[in-house]
Amino acid sequence: MTQVLYDAPGPRARRRSLIASIVGGVVIAAILVALVAALAAPRITAAGAELPGMFDPSRWDIFLDRAVWRRIGIGTLNTLQMAAVAAVGAVAIGVLISFLRTARAAWIRYPMVLVLEFLRGMPVLLMMLFVLLIFSTGSYWAGVIALAVYNGAIIGEALRAGIQSLPRGQREAGLAIGLGPIRTRMSIEFPQAFRQMLPIIIAQLVVLLKDTSLAYVISYPELLRTTTYQMANYYGSRYLFSLFFVAFAIYLTMNLLLSWLARIIARRVDAGRLPKGSTPFSRRAEKHAARRRSDVENVVLDGGGGAAR
Amino acid sequence: MDAIIENLPTFLRGFGTTLALLGIAGVGALVIGTLVAGMRISPVGSLRGFATVYTEILRNTPLTLVLFFCAFILPYLGVRIDFFALACIGLTAYTSPFIAEAVRSGVNGVPVGQAEAARSIGLRFGQTLGLVVMPQAIRMVIPPIINVLIALTKNTSVAGAFFVKDLFGSAQDVIVRRGDEVFAILIAVAVFYLIVTVTLGRIAAVVEKKVAVLR
Repeated sequence: MTQVLYDAPGPRARRRSLIASIVGGVVIAAILVALVAALAAPRITAAGAELPGMFDPSRWDIFLDRAVWRRIGIGTLNTLQMAAVAAVGAVAIGVLISFLRTARAAWIRYPMVLVLEFLRGMPVLLMMLFVLLIFSTGSYWAGVIALAVYNGAIIGEALRAGIQSLPRGQREAGLAIGLGPIRTRMSIEFPQAFRQMLPIIIAQLVVLLKDTSLAYVISYPELLRTTTYQMANYYGSRYLFSLFFVAFAIYLTMNLLLSWLARIIARRVDAGRLPKGSTPFSRRAEKHAARRRSDVENVVLDGGGGAAR
Repeated sequence: MDAIIENLPTFLRGFGTTLALLGIAGVGALVIGTLVAGMRISPVGSLRGFATVYTEILRNTPLTLVLFFCAFILPYLGVRIDFFALACIGLTAYTSPFIAEAVRSGVNGVPVGQAEAARSIGLRFGQTLGLVVMPQAIRMVIPPIINVLIALTKNTSVAGAFFVKDLFGSAQDVIVRRGDEVFAILIAVAVFYLIVTVTLGRIAAVVEKKVAVLR
């Protein structure tokens, strides 16, 4: 796109953008160096005592201890466990919702619209508090249930959209060969919809993994609470920065890995959608449309909330 | 019910704080997000690299961590501003990459043929962008941006867990005082959130229908 907007740059324009690039790089590097220097500088408290800088060994020495890593590992596992259980629940609830939402009986279909609007329009955090206080489930199940219900509502809508985007002939063919409406839905429509919507579902599961950190607020000992609360209390608050930094690095790694996986799967599914034997022009158009679709969907779903429509 | 009526002023104040968070962080994220998107489609390599790293890091960091950083680590490092301002900074930073991605995919989503056609009839870079690409990109960008704002509305509730007296924060306060009516209080707070999110959702639907580009 950007290459089409202007002529291919000549030597002078190339030089100019190289200079701009170097200047920009130097400015960004300078800002980063200033930040690191500010963090590394020792600070003086109001009482006049001097505290070591953030990169001083005395703030990082606990990480030589294996017990520290074991506790961080437990926190990470708690996070992953909540995410895994909630993800299974979310897909199950999503499948259920997609069925109810496309039910033939109006008395099932219409109330579902309201329920979904309600579930998707309210913060997950509020839902966690709700489950925690009303059903007294304890913080683990409160987190799991809230995450499963909220993300299930979004996955359900995605699946419904997938079912409705299928050609009518698919359902008609299923009914014509004598499958009942439910068998048709289960073995003809649903597998196709699921495959088509797989990128959205996985993108939503990345959001779910991110959102497990909300359980911090309801005191579930996930990664952030384990490190910055329990361990910072135990080892002393001078480790707060380094503990936070480690938690941040672990969260970032997990999410980047999962996002990367999501992208690979999205590309595969998109590739499978290309019509066979199409002319180069139509293939290009198709590819472009597919990329745009998944780009837009990513943005919509990654916002940590999804669409409320 | 009476727990809600007698605490209505608290809820309304919380609602006002939530709207203020939404407004300030929304505008901030729009400005920064557009800048980052501009960097990402610019021909300047280092800016492009910076924008990519910025987007990827913030997009993959949980909001709780971002707000924790603002509420605990920044004061710990010696930043002395109140929690409301800190929450605004955190929400702005967290939301900006999503805006940036929405804007970028809008610009990239305009078919290449449009720009090719504009170039081939002799329009310059500015004209191509201003007369052909942007008018189409903006239409495609508005619905996803409203969706990001809906997510932001819900995300403001996390600020309530970090000492800001928004809707969620005031709900916690009221629950502590009126433990007997937890259910009604939580439903009332949910309704306040729904007022904003459903309205924004309706606007997005209307805008989408109105500005849809026929292709």
